Amino acid sequence: MNIDVNTNINNININIIEAKNLSHEYIVRDEEGNVENIVTAIDNVDISVKKGHFISILGHNGSGKSTFAKHINALLYPSGGTLFVNQMDANDKSNTLDIRKSAGMVFQNPDNQIIASVVEEDVGFGPENIGVPTDEIWERVEKSLRSVGMWEYRKHSPNKLSGGQKQRVAIAGVMAMEPECIVLDEPTAMLDPNGRKEVIRAIHELNKKKNVTVILITHYMEEVVGSDYVYVMDSGKVVMEGEPRDIFSKVEELKSYRLDVPQITLVADELKKAGVNVPDGVLTREELVEALRGIRATEV
Amino acid sequence: MFRNMTLGQYYPADSILHRLDPRTKLFGTLIFIISIFIVDSVPGMLVIAAFLGAVILISKVPFSFMVKGIRGIVVLLMIAGLFNLFLTPGDKILFHFGILTITDAGLKSATLMTIRMIVLIIGTSVMTLTTTPNSLTDGLEKGLRFLTVFRVPVHEISMMMSIALRFIPILIEETDKIMKAQMARGADFESGGIFQKAKSMVPILVPLFVSAFRRANDLALAMEARCYNGGDGRTNMKPLKYAGIDAISYVCIFVFLGTCIAAKVLL
Amino acid sequence: MSLIFDHVSYTYSPDTAYEVAALNDINLKIDDGEFIGIIGHTGSGKSTLAQHMNGLIRATAGSIYYNGQDIYDKGYKLKDLRTQVGMVFQYPENQLFGTTVFEDVCFGPKNQGLDEKEVSLRAFEALRAVKLPEEYAETSPFDLSGGQKRRVAIAGVLAMKPAYLILDEPTAGLDPAGREEILGLIKELHDKKGTTVILVSHSMEDVANYVDRIVVMEHGGILYDGTPREVFHYCKELEEIGLAAPQVTYLMHDLKKIGFHVDTDITTVPEARDAILRALGRKE
Repeated sequence: MNIDVNTNINNININIIEAKNLSHEYIVRDEEGNVENIVTAIDNVDISVKKGHFISILGHNGSGKSTFAKHINALLYPSGGTLFVNQMDANDKSNTLDIRKSAGMVFQNPDNQIIASVVEEDVGFGPENIGVPTDEIWERVEKSLRSVGMWEYRKHSPNKLSGGQKQRVAIAGVMAMEPECIVLDEPTAMLDPNGRKEVIRAIHELNKKKNVTVILITHYMEEVVGSDYVYVMDSGKVVMEGEPRDIFSKVEELKSYRLDVPQITLVADELKKAGVNVPDGVLTREELVEALRGIRATEV
Repeated sequence: MFRNMTLGQYYPADSILHRLDPRTKLFGTLIFIISIFIVDSVPGMLVIAAFLGAVILISKVPFSFMVKGIRGIVVLLMIAGLFNLFLTPGDKILFHFGILTITDAGLKSATLMTIRMIVLIIGTSVMTLTTTPNSLTDGLEKGLRFLTVFRVPVHEISMMMSIALRFIPILIEETDKIMKAQMARGADFESGGIFQKAKSMVPILVPLFVSAFRRANDLALAMEARCYNGGDGRTNMKPLKYAGIDAISYVCIFVFLGTCIAAKVLL
Repeated sequence: MSLIFDHVSYTYSPDTAYEVAALNDINLKIDDGEFIGIIGHTGSGKSTLAQHMNGLIRATAGSIYYNGQDIYDKGYKLKDLRTQVGMVFQYPENQLFGTTVFEDVCFGPKNQGLDEKEVSLRAFEALRAVKLPEEYAETSPFDLSGGQKRRVAIAGVLAMKPAYLILDEPTAGLDPAGREEILGLIKELHDKKGTTVILVSHSMEDVANYVDRIVVMEHGGILYDGTPREVFHYCKELEEIGLAAPQVTYLMHDLKKIGFHVDTDITTVPEARDAILRALGRKE
């Protein structure tokens, strides 16, 4: 989890996000302003993300995953520990704007993050804020709208788009700022199954084609398939971490963190308990079918 | 019932009006409003209405779309019209029944007022329907920039306005939804006196405000996340540049104003 | 008692350029005590259909009968219908307005014109039914967590003691535990109180484990209507219109293709496990 020493050669192994003992507390006050309670939203979290990786943070509502996300974008500041975003100290408030430039953020509610009334103007909003010259704004808008497949909708009003399309516009809006990494805070929670697929496909493509680091925050385990690394959070702490396969193999533990294990993984787990020799952490249908085919062949 | 409001909505189309510089359109609207109040004769008003009709034709926004915007204020118009009709004193009494009296002056002022209101609403919605809120903001910001000398936060105000405009349709839809939900719980918004009706609005207004504040909060966060930091150092995706067509429009606007003043003096 | 749709159609803005047929000649009979899922993706007409059931939207053609009476008859009181056919909207917590949870839940029964004692009895009963601890009754609904708010909103409808309960995407935006909690509550209402439940959703997997009957909507019409098994039989067709059957159903189809002797109309994990074990000869 430490920064590799021999990284500077090709930047591949650089940690774009490096959280060490990161904590965030906030004070709950009653109507008279007296302190009622101090809530620890995140508690001594160590998370690091390598450049170009696709990582997921899983957890149920209130597990602290969104609070963590807001730190990456300097929307919240740590109350303890350190956080480096693209090698900038998040504790230093003079870095705020630069941190926001290097880490873009997509939120849950598609309606409440689109500022303009025309798709292309919304995508241009970020670049305008950071002072990009006019001609370049247009280039960036086109590039980012094409990268999420929304270029044909550039003149549309966001109100007429589906939830999935709105989220793709929001992603384009972040991409137009050309960030090093993008943080998506439950981008699919308010979408229907089609919209969810659409958005997940779009971010995987960005990660592969544009080499953008992706941090996906979600409570849908299916969406984690295909990540390079997964963190599971519960009551403000990182309780599990590893590659998706390792995580998915611990079905009972996942259930105890109130997570929804995909049906295929559950079937595989049940079969394993019944003595069938399926591999650990099966993620997809194809995998399970292959495994079962193999098992039948050896037995007959 | 709220879905029919068109004020504050943008209608995408490709017309001369859509391409005009927002400053031209803002100035045109201002002149238009002034002229509506300069002219005080029914024929003069009809000339203005005809001019407006021509502008709508050029805008390529369907006429039915404009008329829909009026529907929402029909009741208001009727109340105002009736007050004018019955309560204006005049020399000649045209109709008299009980306490109801219609005078010639009353008839004239009611007609004038109704046309004036309709023309005013349609006229301003032509501007919002053909101008995206963002370019409207830009127009206001540039057009009123001189006010920054007096420490007026022009950029902030125009940004607030454009966001308000963007959220009007969303909040209208939301009102519709909340109304239906409360109706599903047996709420009645139609019967009862004024006091009863006002009270029955509470279950709509409270959730609406709660949601508006939540949205405002979310939006502020989203804007900050995208490095919004006020007007300083911002560039423009669509910088305002006057074109030939704007010059022609300015000439038209002044000719129109001249005609109105002439009509006022001569008629 | 039943709710019958007879050739019901609904068109948005008829006779204009914006004319959109949202419902197309719907025939549907829902009997007392059923637990139905109405499934369709966004824009399939499922929510429009639901809003016809309590007269919030008036059909442009056709008739709807509740307990044998035409709800569009002159003199038929739609307000009474709405207390009989309760409707929980999507994100219902967005309609909360009371200064206390209790006050909010009382809104429905008060509108029914019940006396104060009955109103508060019903409110407490409804709060118990959604398993909200009694001490929350006097707190502001805005201080509760998301899942709790949703339960208060559902209680607000339950307090009217509806015979039919329609829920539009009751689990939207909740995490897995929250989803199960809400669906469990709804199931209990159906099983214990005999409430007829109509669950409107786009999630097959959520619905499959609970309902007895599934109505699949597409383009404003009914595409399939039957038990979950019957409907998931068409899993290929469902996938084409963007509605997936449960993953295990597809697994069974895949296994059958490579020669496993398994049933293809399986919808739950334990069923799938047993079927595979049998096919492998590990279980009788």
